[in-house]
This record gives sequence, C-alpha cells and structure tokens, in this order.
Amino acid sequence: MKFAARTVVVITLLTILAACGSASGGSNSPSASTYIQNKGSDTIVNLALAWAEAYQTVKPDVRISVTGGGSGTGLTALISGTVDIANASRKIKAEEIQAAEANGIEPVEHVIARDAIAVIVNPENPIGELSLEQIARIYRGEVNNWSELGGEDRPIVRLSRETNSGTHVYFLEEVVRLGDKENKEIFSADTLLLPSSEGIIAEVSDNPNAIGYDGLGYVTPEVKMLAVARTADQPYVLPSVESVNNGQYPISRDLYMYTQTGAPQSVLDYLSWILSPNAQQIVTDLGFVPVLNTTAGK
Amino acid sequence: METAKGERWITWIIKISGYSSILFVSLILFFLAREGFPALGEVPLKDLFGARWYPIEGYFGIWPLIFGSVLVTVGALLIGIPFGIGTAVYLSELAPAWIKNILKPIIEILAGLPSVVLGFLGIQLAAPFFRQFLNLPTGLTAFTGAVLLGFIAIPTIVSISEDALNTVPSTYRHGALALGANHWQTIWGVTVPAARSGLLTAVMLGVGRSIGETMAVMMVTGNAPVLPRSLNALFLPARTMTATIASEMGEVATGSMHYHVLFFIGIVLFGISLAVNLTASSLALRSRKRAERLLS
Repeated sequence: MKFAARTVVVITLLTILAACGSASGGSNSPSASTYIQNKGSDTIVNLALAWAEAYQTVKPDVRISVTGGGSGTGLTALISGTVDIANASRKIKAEEIQAAEANGIEPVEHVIARDAIAVIVNPENPIGELSLEQIARIYRGEVNNWSELGGEDRPIVRLSRETNSGTHVYFLEEVVRLGDKENKEIFSADTLLLPSSEGIIAEVSDNPNAIGYDGLGYVTPEVKMLAVARTADQPYVLPSVESVNNGQYPISRDLYMYTQTGAPQSVLDYLSWILSPNAQQIVTDLGFVPVLNTTAGK
Repeated sequence: METAKGERWITWIIKISGYSSILFVSLILFFLAREGFPALGEVPLKDLFGARWYPIEGYFGIWPLIFGSVLVTVGALLIGIPFGIGTAVYLSELAPAWIKNILKPIIEILAGLPSVVLGFLGIQLAAPFFRQFLNLPTGLTAFTGAVLLGFIAIPTIVSISEDALNTVPSTYRHGALALGANHWQTIWGVTVPAARSGLLTAVMLGVGRSIGETMAVMMVTGNAPVLPRSLNALFLPARTMTATIASEMGEVATGSMHYHVLFFIGIVLFGISLAVNLTASSLALRSRKRAERLLS
C-alpha cells in the first residue's frame, strides 16, 4: 500500500554498536539507550528517516523508530499516547486537540521544514501553466476536458491522495476552496484517491489524461510540474526552494512535528537538533525547504 | 486407568478448541455490533444511504461503496466463473494425467499468491494495458480490479468445482456414453448438471473470496466513490467497502462518528458474506437431501 512509508524502519544497527561500546566501556549507565517513537505524515517520512539516521552519529545512544501512515494516523497515535513525536503535514485540528486533552495530553507544535506542493501532469500534456482558480475548477469537477484549458481533446483524470493525508486536506483548503474558510466545495466524486505518493507519480507518468499533486520532494523526472499563478494576471511560477522561500509559489505549507508537554529531554534535544543548520541541510537535500530564514512568515 | 484419564484430557482439549471458534465469532460479532450500530443513531438514515462519501467533511453516504463492491465482485465472477468451471471440467473430465499433475500445483500456487503482489502487477502492467487497449481515461477502474479479483477467485472455484465433479459417480458417465452420447454431450448434459450444487457452492465461495478482498482492489480501482449510473461504470474508477475501511480506519479518532460508520460498513460487509455463505451451504444441503431421497 504505502510501499516505502508503511514499512516500519527501526534503526537498530547503531544500537548494536552502542551496545558494544558500552560493554567495552563498562562504566556507562545500564540504561544507556533511549527510544523515541516517531510516526505520521507520509510526506515527511523520508525526511524523518534521514534525520533519524543522521542523529545516530550525533547521539548514538538514542534509538528512533520512524513510521509513515499519514498525518491523521500520527496525530491519532500522539493522542492515544503511543508515540513521542507525530509528524504532520497539516496543522492539528481543534477536535484533535480536544481529544488529546481528554486523554490528558497537551500537544506542542514545532515547524520543522516547509514544503511546496507541485501540481503534475504527464510530459506529453502540452499544458505548462495553470492558475489556482483553474486547478480548483478541475478538482471541483467543473472542467472535464483538457481542451477547455487550451490543451488536447482528452478527458481529465483527477488524482489525489487519500483523505487521511495531510496533503489532501491542505489541497482541499488552499486550492479547491482557494483558502476561503466559508467555501464548502469538495473534491469531485470521481477524483481517484490513491493510497500513496508513489501511486500518483506512477499514474501521472503513465497516463496523459491525468493531473495530480504531490510534495516537491516526491516529484521525479517522469512527470511534468506545472507553473502556478495565484491569480490569472500574476506571474506563473514553478515550485522550487527559492520560489517557496520568497513566497512566489502559491501552494506551499509548513511541515510540523507534534510532541506533548512534559516530553522527555531526549525528545527535546532531538527537536532542537532538527532545527540546527546540519539537520536543515538534509531538508534541502531531500527537496524540501528549510525553515532557517523563514522567521518572517508567509 | 492412566490411559483413560489421558484420553479424557485430550478429548477435553479438542472440545475446547472446537467450541472456541464459536466463542471467537460471537465476540467479533458483539464487537462489530457495539462499534457499528451507534452509527445508525449518529448519522440520519437518509445521509447514511446518501450518494456521497467524503467523511472528513461529514458526508457518510455508503451507497457508492456498496455498489463499488458489488460492481467489482460481479465483474470478477463474470471472469472467474467461466474460467474456473472451465478449468475444473478440463481437469476432471478431459485432461490426461500428466497435464493434470502439472496444472493442479500451478493453480495451488496461484491460490497462494499474496494479493499485494497481484495488485502490484495490476498497477504496473494491467492498468496501463487496459487504458490503452480499451481506450479508457484511466486504467485504474473497477474492471481492472475485477480482473485481478477474478484471478484471486479462480483457484477457489477450480478446486471446489473439481471436487464436485469428481464425486459424480462414474456410472453416470458410463450410462450416458452407453446411451450414445458423445464425450461433450456427457459432460454438458450429465456430469456438470449432476455436480450442479457443488459448482454453485464453488461460485458462492468465490463471491465470498472476492467481496472480502482488500489490498489488490485498493491498489487498482482508483478508489473514487462514484455512484454507478450505467453498466459503463465497470470501466470507471470505483471504491469498495473493504478498501474504504482499510485506508481510513488508521486515521479515525476512536469513538468518532466516522469510526462508527466504518464499523457499520463492516457490519454490512459481514451481512453480505453471511448471506452468500448461507446460500451456498443451503444449496449444498438441499442437493444432498435430494440425493439421499433418490438413493433410498
């Protein structure tokens, strides 16, 4: 299903090394290794894995297990107290905070990176740019043929992530509803809901009728990214680290990690390390946008 | 004395393991009912059987999901029945022994193939092929799911049908041949009708196998909760009940409305499987009684 994401990746390799180290050292405390459970957004899972791996060289005695499953899945786990850190590609919902408080858990939010959502089509598709309004009309089901947008006479096949994906919710609010809180439009019923980011890339790269969206970090050369404009009279911009950081690319968002108040020191250390220049370099390497210079906000 | 005591112990253990299945089924039923029936109180019936499924905004219409499952299952049977029964007839009536010895293990391998693997083949090969070959907007359709499910149901149908055909007494065949029927007439006019109830059971179990299948279907049907308008819907994306439960259960908050509705879908699914299995076993029972009457 979520091919890479669902596989639980427990980093035990260095634990063994750490165990060997403490065995030879002898004087180390007996409970040398601490264990951090990290779960949630499939958008973040590769980044979280890379961080967890890199952190082993910084703090060999901390073991971090990273799982995907979707933002909702991670937050649900945080609410039920089964993980230390929940990854989310959307903000926690009011009812999730309520549910957490009912369990005696107070969620704490950390912005750990930023992400652009690329709108992608098949390379054969002559369309190269769309405005937010046009994308919204496509996903609401108001535009059903590429010829209505100046393309070939082909039916439009809409692809989306499943509803438990933070990317889905973000796309609904910021694109389908154009950021208007009062707007109650939803995705057209015939939108294909695919269980993984990879599934969307696979179908778009194969099918010239398809349009999809995915985090910038997932986009491969087999698909074509569209330049997107906020409104039709503004410039059309391709997603990139620069266009997200200078605020020109309209579909970008913050990525979060949620912990609870009173989290152990090891978790807090990990989170402050994540905001260090070294860790944020990994963000850039994986095609996401670092949070170092974005204190000014959107 | 010692052995008698030991035997009593063994009898007890076997008895308990026998009864435990009853216990487990009733516990599952109890849990399903406890988690699912509150949905009836929380969601108005009109909405629950509405035409739109979009749970994160409170649309809980389960018709598209029921129709999606039925569509994919019927499609799977249209493929699975002719292939499955055809294979069984060939194996039991026509195939020389050496071919039979090769074919049977291969079909058993097909039965053991994990459905994820089939789903993966479906995404990579079947969906692109059907899109181009049938000139569809997308290859991720109910039809693609039906073909995969057909493959999943075929081994079940073949092995049970073959058993049924093998239990037809050879005197029937000899009688038909003695009356001047040729080989094909014997198969079509005598052997297959005589094994009819067994074949029906095979088909019903095939239905049960397909309607409950999740993974392969979730990977290739596109999961769009569209209410079918015409037969053409077979060649459009569909969302099944199983795929909905599998992809959404991980995300819901325990005890929420969405959670209860997902369990309610589980009850509907359970009800359908139960009906199918009851039909299958009553058919088998009825024919057995008839056979006993004839023989007595």
